[in-house]
Formats: sequence, C-alpha cells, structure tokens
Amino acid sequence: MSTVQPPEPTAQTPKPTWTGRVREAAVEALPPEKLLPDSQPTYVASWIYIFGVASIAALIVIVGSGTILALKGPAWWHDTGVGHFFNSVHLWAVELFFFAMVVHLWGKYWMAAWRGGRTRVWITGAITFLVAVPTALTGYVSQQNFDAQWIATQAKDGLNSVGVGAFFNVTNFGQMYSYHVFLLPLAVVGLVAAHVLLVRRHGVVPPFELDRPALATRPPQGGGTPPAVPDGKPPSVTRGVAS
Amino acid sequence: MSFLASKDDTGPWKGAYASYDLVKELCIAVGVVALLAIVLSVLFSSPDEKPSTVAQWSREEPINFVATATKELDGTSDTAEYGPPYNHNSGSVQHFLFLHPQRWLGVSHPIDTAEDYVIGPLETVPGDPALRSALAEYRAAPEKTQKAWGEAYAKPLEEYETAQEEKKTPPKTVALDASSGAVTVKASGAGPVPALMTGLLSLAQSGGLDGALLTSNQFFQTDYTKPLLFMADGGLLAERAEGDHLLGEQWGMMNETGSYPGQVWLWLYTLWYQVEPIKSSSNADIQVMLIMGLLSLAFICIPFIPGVRDLPRRIPIYRLIWKEHYRAQKSV
Amino acid sequence: MEHSRVMIVLAAVFNLNHPAHVVEWHFIQLSVANLIVIALMFVVFALAIALPFPGASARTVARRTGEDAK
Repeated sequence: MSTVQPPEPTAQTPKPTWTGRVREAAVEALPPEKLLPDSQPTYVASWIYIFGVASIAALIVIVGSGTILALKGPAWWHDTGVGHFFNSVHLWAVELFFFAMVVHLWGKYWMAAWRGGRTRVWITGAITFLVAVPTALTGYVSQQNFDAQWIATQAKDGLNSVGVGAFFNVTNFGQMYSYHVFLLPLAVVGLVAAHVLLVRRHGVVPPFELDRPALATRPPQGGGTPPAVPDGKPPSVTRGVAS
Repeated sequence: MSFLASKDDTGPWKGAYASYDLVKELCIAVGVVALLAIVLSVLFSSPDEKPSTVAQWSREEPINFVATATKELDGTSDTAEYGPPYNHNSGSVQHFLFLHPQRWLGVSHPIDTAEDYVIGPLETVPGDPALRSALAEYRAAPEKTQKAWGEAYAKPLEEYETAQEEKKTPPKTVALDASSGAVTVKASGAGPVPALMTGLLSLAQSGGLDGALLTSNQFFQTDYTKPLLFMADGGLLAERAEGDHLLGEQWGMMNETGSYPGQVWLWLYTLWYQVEPIKSSSNADIQVMLIMGLLSLAFICIPFIPGVRDLPRRIPIYRLIWKEHYRAQKSV
Repeated sequence: MEHSRVMIVLAAVFNLNHPAHVVEWHFIQLSVANLIVIALMFVVFALAIALPFPGASARTVARRTGEDAK
C-alpha cells in the first residue's frame, strides 16, 4: 500500500483558507498579550475602574443562579426554601448588576471614555444597558406570582401602543420565559463580550491632557481606525506586585 | 456633518505600565459579588406574593366579578373595547401624529370576550338544563336583543360599583348572599343573562373557570393572556397593586411588592407618566415610549452629540479620577 | 413542624414583606428601599473617585523606570 505524502511547500503562496483568514484577523486585532495583558497604563489608578469587572461579576452570579433555577424549573422556587434562596440570590444579583453598571456608566461618561477611537466601546456598553432592561422585564413577568401578573397586565399597554405587543406578549408565560432564560441573556453576554474585546483592543482611555484646551472629546473623523496597539507591547512591567 | 466628527486629540498612551492582574481581579470580583448577593439573600430574602386566581376573585369580590363578566358578555369591558392586538375596536388604540403602529401591526392575539369568557366556558358545564336553555336562548337571539339584555343587567351593577367607589349606600337592586357567595341582581328585561351569570359565578367559584380559560384550545398551554386580561378588567389586581404602591400614579413601575428595592433604572420611564400633558393623555403610552426611544438613541450616540460629549471636559470630575496621574506629571 | 419553622427562619433575618414606606417630595414618590439604592449609588460613586487606589508605589516605580529609559 503506498503512503500518501503531503505535498511539498512550493515557492507560491498557498491559497488562503477562510479559517486562516479569520485566525490572522483575530490575532492581528487581538494578539495574546493584548487579549490578556498583565499590565495596565499607570493612570489606571482609581476604584472607579473596578465597576466594569464588578458588572461582569454580577452577570456571572446572575447566570449561575439563573442556571440553577432553570435546571429545577419555574415552580421550584415557590415550593422549597432552597429554591426560594436561589431566587433571592438571582434577584439581589440583578440589583447589584444594575448598580455596578450605573456607577460604571457614570465613571465612563465623566472620563469621556469614547475618545481615541473608542466610540464602539461606548456604543456596545450603552446597548448592553438598554438590552438588560427588557431582560429584567421578562424575568419579572416570569415569576408566576402577583408581581408578575401586575407587571404583565400593565406593561402590555406600553408595548401594545407601539405595536410590539403584537409579537412580544408579556402575558404569554411560555414566550417570556424563553426570552428570559435563553434569547436575551445570549444577547447580553454577546454584547458584553464585544464590549470587553473592544476595550482590550483599544486599551483603557487615557486621561485628558491638562495643558490642552477643552473640547478634546469628539470622535475622530469618519469613525477613524485607532492605532492597532496602544504603544505596542507595554515597555515596562513591574512584576511581583499584586494589583 | 463636520460638527459630529472633528478632531479628537486623544493619542495612544506612550507612558509607563504597571503590573495589573485582570484574571485575579475578576476572580475577586466574582467572590465579592457572590458573597454580597448571598448575604443580602440571607438578610432580606425575596418577595413572592401569591398570584390572584379567577376563583379567588369570584369568591372575594363576587359582585365585581359578575359586573366584569357582564361587560365581557356585552362587549363593554376594557379588553372588549381595547383594539389590536386583541380585536378590531379602538378603546385603547394609541397613535402619535401619523404613527399608528398599534393598528399597523394588527390583531395577532384575537379575543372574543363574550365567547371566550362567558359562552365558551359555560358550554363546558355538564348537566344543568336551565343553563343549557339559557345558553340556547342567548345564542338564538339577534345581536340587538343580546345587547339590550346585557345593558339591562349591567345597569344596576354599575350603580352598585359607583356607589361603593363614592362610599355611598349601595342600591338594593344588587344583593350578595354571604354564605353561598351567590349574587342576585334585580333587573327587568335581562332575558337569560341572569342565568348565565349565576352559572358563570358558580363555575368560577368552584375553580373550573381558571382551567377553562387556560386550556380552551389545547391541553398544554403556557399563554395566560385570557385569564390575566379578564382579571385586569375587574378590580382585584388593581386593589392589591394599590396596597403595594404599584399603581402608575404611585410611580409603581419602579416598585416591588413589600418593602424590597424595585427597578430603579425605570425612573425616567415612569417620570414622564407623572407630568402633563402626558399624564392625562389617552396616548400617554406611545408618547412615553417614543420619548424614551429617542433618549435611548441619544444615550447610545453621546459621543456624537455636541455639548453633551464636551461636558466631561468642562466639569472636571476627571481630575479626581486621574489625580495620581496628574500629580505624577506635575512632579516630573 | 420543626422543619417548617427552620425554613421560615432561613427565609429572612429582616422581613420586608410589608407595605413599603414611601417618601413624597413635590410630585416625586419613591419607596424607601429605592431611595436607599439611589443614594448608595451616589455615595459609592463619590467614594470610588475620591479614595486612593492600592499599588501607588509600584506605579511610581514604573513611571520612574519609564522616565529613566527615555
């Protein structure tokens, strides 16, 4: 039986594959040391910077507690103390999520964090907040208690008035539960992932220059391509100091 | 559109970097937030007020139940008159200028209140020849006669409910038997309607109407639209809501049952409902949704809005955030 | 009986299942719980931007190293 040898590499450039193209684009946009840097610019020196990761942490707790609630089904948390406890964790994690997001948003606004080609970071963040609101709504109307009955019968009027009620029925538990457990969390997680990858790509926004005049807050002309790496590899990293 | 895209002199950072462990930070954050959520759960738990049922409603407020069911039968309830997506009427159809999205999207969840809430469920009741003949009489009559019967029966009930709201002595034409929960309405010219309503009240109080409303089309059902809209047409849900500060005029959109924190992020949605001319407008919902839609778009587009995008530079909160950086720059 | 009593104790240290106290100011009506959450947001934001962040000495060293290298 003859052994088939792989073809010898030739001087010609091999035809690029889709996989190869995707890999090269990804690595160019986010080389490993940019995707997971172990240093940050020295201006990242304020407690306000933790509220982004705090929001992500709250989202992880929401998804974790939500997964347990989903595993046991929607009636479980009414019938058992343990179920009620996990429902409580889920609810408080939602309060913490919105709390952290709002403080994060305030910080990012007052830093004008869209500067330096970071408009997409702002946009993905804003849309995440706006998508989190109906995600919470679908949760509230899926509780199967009095609160759910009231919120559903009230919210329907607002949604009907703009025609959304024709295909998004807050009094339809099955539909709302599907949106809440799968569709909207997928959207939120996807948006958060895009948001974080964009932050890694562009880096944390630098401080305003004190000696420059005001109005240095507008996005670059035509959407602008930001520098691929903020100053290439970080030039100096002080090791052994926990942050 | 040059004002939207002029120069942004924020250049790439050419300064120093210090060690910063992102993964460790995430792990600590998850631990802290999880602990916080657990502590809050142990301290305060979460609310879970039992839902209202049609059975409960018909037992606790039988007169309100019968009054509402009569309106469903003669097509004068909020749901019957609503419009899309439930039917083709216009009682709750809203528009803004030339925008009529409620009408454009049409009737996607048809509800025939007379059939779905009264006639249909009553036809599932076995035996009871008096009820069967009342149903047959009602079905055989022309629409005008059906309407006249309904109005004759509804009038004393409306007077009763109005007197209750105004805290006046209710008329004697409506009586409630406290022991049996039965309601008697003295109304001439109501045809078979009294028999229908007696039958429906009895079905509701036995618990059969909750099931009938849910599984009318199929065994497996997760769509609670019909029973919810029926209860919303009556007084019980709103009464409970008022006690919990959940009504619109109580800023209820932001609130939770009990003394729990609610949805504070809805503050701006509910605020518009409290201010004129939106407050008393019959198109309040579409007006608020459009305002919030525009503001949401503006929120997304802050980087492009002159003035709003310049405020952070003008109000130097950033000096506090980057105080260490500026101090270091100064010392160099 | 004992089991259900334990479950009730586990349910909450503080029972918030009573009608909310509401703060009214002009046309604004806020539940006390919501008011506390909003107030905490402002307090936490103020503290976050005011309080010093750990690691200042390491950052000073990093800046000096960066300066020396120039």
